[in-house]
Amino acid sequence: MPEIFEKVGLQLKVNGSQYSVSVEPRTLLVELLRETLDLTGTHVGCDTSYCGACTVLMNEAAVKSCTVFAVQADGAEILTVEGLEKDGRLHPIQKAFGDAYGLQCGYCTPGVMLSAYQLLARTQAPTEREMRKAIAGNTCRCTGYQNVLKAIELAGRNWRGE
Amino acid sequence: MLAQLGEEAKLLAGGQSLIPLMKLRFASPKHLVDLNYVPGASYIKEEGDMLLLGALTRHAGIEHSPLAATIPILHDCAAGIADVQVRNRGTIGGSLAEADPSGDWAAALLAHTTEVRCVGTKGARSVPLSEFIKDAYTTALQPDEIVREVAVKIPPPGSGSAYLAFKRSAPVYPTASAAVQLGLETGVCKEAAIVLGCVGLTPVRVRAAEDALRGNPVDAKAIGTVMQAVRAAADPQSDMRGSVEYKRTLVAALVRRAIEVALHRARGEPVEVSHIYA
Repeated sequence: MPEIFEKVGLQLKVNGSQYSVSVEPRTLLVELLRETLDLTGTHVGCDTSYCGACTVLMNEAAVKSCTVFAVQADGAEILTVEGLEKDGRLHPIQKAFGDAYGLQCGYCTPGVMLSAYQLLARTQAPTEREMRKAIAGNTCRCTGYQNVLKAIELAGRNWRGE
Repeated sequence: MLAQLGEEAKLLAGGQSLIPLMKLRFASPKHLVDLNYVPGASYIKEEGDMLLLGALTRHAGIEHSPLAATIPILHDCAAGIADVQVRNRGTIGGSLAEADPSGDWAAALLAHTTEVRCVGTKGARSVPLSEFIKDAYTTALQPDEIVREVAVKIPPPGSGSAYLAFKRSAPVYPTASAAVQLGLETGVCKEAAIVLGCVGLTPVRVRAAEDALRGNPVDAKAIGTVMQAVRAAADPQSDMRGSVEYKRTLVAALVRRAIEVALHRARGEPVEVSHIYA
């Protein structure tokens, strides 16, 4: 018999909207996002803290949302892939990943883009070493990463308005 | 609170080891006490000849701190642990308290004089890191005690240190690691500390290798003796990361490279190194 746990209330901001939810204490942040808030753009790849498909920004820092309890996000600001687009316009990162063919199957892409977001929010002209380091925690099994790096570089230029 | 909840409670710091362990049911604590609500537990500051790091200081906080970089080994270690996402969450106190034989911090910090400052229901105490790490996943912490702060002695001028680890990919634990700290005076080695990680149940301090350096110029002959002593002291296990022989060779090579980097740094020449991975 699975144990039933008393639910805990928490408040958090996701993609600019305030939410008040109650979850079992064991709920992971990614489960809250996908199952309670129906934001299924954040993917679960390995569920072992390896692959980075579940990467979101929590208070501007990239985290693996499968390795954070939902209750730990109480009071936090979360950014997921759904929050990148503004008023029907793609974010410079999203546009660059399309233009530079920075994806094939797309499963890892939301996580990669959020890791790129943390990097580009700090510097829009990163070195190749900085780009490689920024996505070292994101596993892609299709692209071989070359076009991902091109896409991040292009995203930086898009972001700078070039 | 820990005293109240007893042994069924576990402390949650960064959660980057504990949460994966809970998913695998290797840990099923009845209660989790989230330390992230403790205010003022994340800081890096200088006090006298010690650098103090609050237990909840994230690896990323150390990686990006100019103050922490004054002890280069801190930056070497912090900047290469796992990946960006894990470094944003994982903490130095959590890493030491977990005492994973493949963890980075214990091996890196043992090359320096490091104290682990703990606090519990019976008061505060300071434990040398060499006595804090007892065995694999076992520390000197009492059930009602937590790590409050890590204090690292700032080495005198003329010293150089380096931490190097080899891993198969960013998110995994290293296959082997090496920490070296050298104190030089007119080309002669006065002080030496050599510590190996991931090749024993706890980090391995190689006294024989240190003795081979102390009082001598650090030349090819001395380094050859060091590498022999390192191979002999390493006690790795054969596993999916490599065979015993492979790991002995790897860790000796890491020590040699770390010595080279430490020498440059002791001469005041900055070198940037961190974990090596494909």
